[in-house]
Amino acid sequence: MSMNNQGRPTGTGEAFPASIATISGDRGLDHEEPLIFELGHGAIGVDLADVKVSEARLGGMRRKGAIGLPGLSEPEVIRHFVRLSRMNYAIDAGLYPLGSCTMKHNPRLNEKIARLPGFGDLHPLAPQSTTQGALELISQLMTWLTRLTGMPAVAMSPKAGAHGELCGLLAIRAAIAARGETRKRILVPESAHGTNPATAAFAGFTVDEVPAKPNGHVDAEALKAKLGPDVAAIMLTNPNTCGLFEGEIIEIAKAVHDAGAYFYCDGANFNAIAGKVRPGDLGVDAMHINLHKTFSTPHGGGGPGAGPVVLSDRLAAYAPIPLLVASGAGLRLIEDMNAVPDGAKPFGRMCAFHGQMGMFVRALTYMLSHGRDGVRQASEDAVLSANYILASLKDVMSAPFGDGPCMHEALFDDSFLDGTGVTTLDFAKAMIDEGYHPMTMYFPLVVHGAMLIEPTESESKASLDQFIRVLHTLATEARAKKTERFAGAPHLAPRRRLDETAAARKPVLRWKPEPVKAAAE
Amino acid sequence: MSEVRYTDQHEWIRLDGDEATVGITKYAAEALGDVVFVELPASGKAVKAGGEAAVVESVKAASDIYAPAGGTVTGANAALEKEPSKVNEDPEGQGWFFKMTLTDKGEFAKLMDSAAYAKFVESL
Amino acid sequence: MRYLPLTAEDRRAMLAKIGAADVDALFRDVPKAALTSLSTFDLPDTQGELEVERALSKLAAKNVAAGAAPFFCGAGAYKHHVPSAVDHLIQRSEFLTSYTPYQPEIAQGTLQYLFEFQTQVALLTGMEVANASLYDGSTATAEAVLMAQRITKRGKAILSGGLHPHYAETVETVAGLAGVVSRSPVTPGSAEDIVSLIDEETACVVVQSPDVFGLIRNLRPIADAAHAKGALLIAVVTEVVSLGLLEPPGAQGADIVAAEGQSIGNGLNFGGPYVGLFATREKFLRQMPGRLCGETVDAEGRRGYVLTLSTREQHIRREKATSNICTNSGLCCLAFTIHMSLLGEEGLTRLARINHAKASALADKLAALPGVELVTSTFFNEFTIKLLKPAAPVAEALAAEGVIAGVPVSRLLPKDKSVENLLILAATETNSDDDFQALANALKEVL
Repeated sequence: MSMNNQGRPTGTGEAFPASIATISGDRGLDHEEPLIFELGHGAIGVDLADVKVSEARLGGMRRKGAIGLPGLSEPEVIRHFVRLSRMNYAIDAGLYPLGSCTMKHNPRLNEKIARLPGFGDLHPLAPQSTTQGALELISQLMTWLTRLTGMPAVAMSPKAGAHGELCGLLAIRAAIAARGETRKRILVPESAHGTNPATAAFAGFTVDEVPAKPNGHVDAEALKAKLGPDVAAIMLTNPNTCGLFEGEIIEIAKAVHDAGAYFYCDGANFNAIAGKVRPGDLGVDAMHINLHKTFSTPHGGGGPGAGPVVLSDRLAAYAPIPLLVASGAGLRLIEDMNAVPDGAKPFGRMCAFHGQMGMFVRALTYMLSHGRDGVRQASEDAVLSANYILASLKDVMSAPFGDGPCMHEALFDDSFLDGTGVTTLDFAKAMIDEGYHPMTMYFPLVVHGAMLIEPTESESKASLDQFIRVLHTLATEARAKKTERFAGAPHLAPRRRLDETAAARKPVLRWKPEPVKAAAE
Repeated sequence: MSEVRYTDQHEWIRLDGDEATVGITKYAAEALGDVVFVELPASGKAVKAGGEAAVVESVKAASDIYAPAGGTVTGANAALEKEPSKVNEDPEGQGWFFKMTLTDKGEFAKLMDSAAYAKFVESL
Repeated sequence: MRYLPLTAEDRRAMLAKIGAADVDALFRDVPKAALTSLSTFDLPDTQGELEVERALSKLAAKNVAAGAAPFFCGAGAYKHHVPSAVDHLIQRSEFLTSYTPYQPEIAQGTLQYLFEFQTQVALLTGMEVANASLYDGSTATAEAVLMAQRITKRGKAILSGGLHPHYAETVETVAGLAGVVSRSPVTPGSAEDIVSLIDEETACVVVQSPDVFGLIRNLRPIADAAHAKGALLIAVVTEVVSLGLLEPPGAQGADIVAAEGQSIGNGLNFGGPYVGLFATREKFLRQMPGRLCGETVDAEGRRGYVLTLSTREQHIRREKATSNICTNSGLCCLAFTIHMSLLGEEGLTRLARINHAKASALADKLAALPGVELVTSTFFNEFTIKLLKPAAPVAEALAAEGVIAGVPVSRLLPKDKSVENLLILAATETNSDDDFQALANALKEVL
């Protein structure tokens, strides 16, 4: 027989002790990656002509010094950002049980449609006759939002949820001023998300906190007692931040309206009830909708978001410009405060142009894909999954409101960790080693060491069962004071715990070049 | 002779003759965690008893410091600007926040003494 | 339903574990009157990808994309060529579908690019420190005014007449709550006298350069005048590519820079999402709104990054926060960082020179046409011309001929009759000589 002398072994070989240091500092597929400024070396990643310009039209303002930007080629830039990406957790890779964030699947069709040149390559100030398809898309989205919420109007321009809150409060301010009244107080539950009181203060109101009852619901009696002629509005989240539906909401809304005030609803938790309950039927006057939560537009590492605000009859007139109106010639954006339709009294403008069109396209793509039956099913699955987690974990983890069902998120506190030496933070960091992003921690503030878990409808039962198994075991071990997993966790992530104290005491917020040694004396 | 009193907001105030020094207690410093920044009042600022006088920040929290009694700020502990950690290391000594004169020493006398404060902390 | 993994079998098993008869039992806290039947929702049912794509492609086809015609719109949003690598990278799962980096151990990818972004913005603007982006240039300008009011403890903000009208309206809506906002005269093509309006009650002066008409402003004298009265200068830049050729605001005495980063890495997208750039002096750091990413070390001494100085923000300070902001521009910020990395010093400066050369050539060509007067004698890649008749109908007529000729000033300042014959045109590296010729020909016919 003829022989190939270059055989090689095909078994598994010897084990590599994990403690051996590598020469490069990288470990297998895990690469350490310097800053782009440390990698720059005068290469270039684009091919552009080297054109000379006359200074005649620069008004003497030509740049005198260098900017200091690093130069790299395309392959270097791609490698840099690919390596960075690999240090990130993401929904595509694993469950994010983040209460109040609704980390659902981000459909790829959304991305494809948003990139159609007819949407992506469209200027906001192009003649309106050339942008009718975009205006129709916005109009269709407005129809979906108003019909899902049972509200007559929607302001589309806010760029994020908090921006939407501001829009809603400014509309309320304008409505009160139009009545010739002065109302400076806004009632906010102590369990509210921080954006609520921050926005209220931003809009010039004083914040008055309403306590929660021991059962996690807002104290409706205390709330009603605080109503008066100086109260402008209440800001409630429903379902609330403890994951519970406020059953007294209709009575509360009535009392608020009877006192001449308005009901602002934080729509962050809309994913529990979309397609099943309409905020308009609950007496809501204004509610922002986080398109990046309920309607699947991607979180993108922190943004962009979009926060359109649905408005009741009492507030619709005050919606900010631009307004979208239908006329004989098609759809038109009204951008002039003096040219608005009869009855419209916009309070102003929230931002340049018309809003987050890129997110509108994605959200409408999602809505059309799901349909009304899919949106409803998604809400039901979200609530079902959260309850499944609650039912499966409450024997080992303490659920302060676990006697009844929750909505789309389940709230635990840290009393099950009493005496173990393990904190909510340690517990959460140990989850990282298990391959999970931690749940929302220390929020809401109404329970101690809160752990708020929202699985969303995008998790399979197998994924939920695995998650439950891990948390159940972690909780059991913590309670048995088997704390090895928790001490100093995480151990297996790209970084161990980071020194946030040092970062805050001596902030270093940018790269700076090494100081050049002074010229020889 | 200097006397120290305490508030239920965990501030301490030490009176030496006419000058009072204000800071936060060990209990408060521990609850806060690593202090990263302190916002101190300017000299000449008038404060009321229970009014906001300073802000202390840790990584995850920011707390208002209230004047234990009414009066006028005469100076602040500039060392805290460079070394906010002093608040954690020695909250009732080198980690003092500001000095003030008092408009009404009676307000000072009404505050808890160290025995009463110790009892108060136990009850929390 | 392709986005829902639970099967009927799964749901049954889960209900059994919970001990509920059906899913409606879980909604028992909802008042019966508020439970809405499916048929009440007058909306279509589930559709497959194919149907959805067809329906939305039809809508997209009704629009004239900027790349489909000779195109000259600017006025705060600019058409530039974004290298293919950018869109490819931002669609990586770990960037597209990741969350805000509150758990830094598993978000170093996001945190490191934010640190790089902050550095790029500081370098471009010539300022000491920058944040991790705001929503867009207009809200960044409003936040800058609020910040100046906090720092100076004064309420009056003076907005230059050359500030983009949408930006001015946004500032008035938001910052008018804390003080008085006034606008200096609108003087297309010349620098208005804003210095004489500054007094001891002024918190800040807001000046855009290049301004909405394209004019390049000299900020130094305005900065000096503001500082002499204890006020701050806020510099606004709507075309960030201009910083590749012009003196940055930081070198001219600006205290805060609010800019629109859309030109780099981000398409026109009919107005959003965009990316707000925000930079200031180190001494004002704690008054800055928005997220900040800082360098630190981990338990093993390795360099890493975290969100820092969060105590300014809403989730901690609540009603005492510097702003109510929660979201930044995330992915748009990443696109900016990647595009700027591909450009580098040489690429950005070349890009800027090409833009100016194109606009300059276009200006020459149009100024030679009868009935056209060039209004802005200095500009970067955008300038204003004056016609002998209202510009808005001219732009509509040109659009009907397949040329998107620019932004009539009346679209931005509808009340002001004195500007209704003005048209703002931008020319970038994406415009060709054929575009210029098509515009010139079409204009000649309409004028």
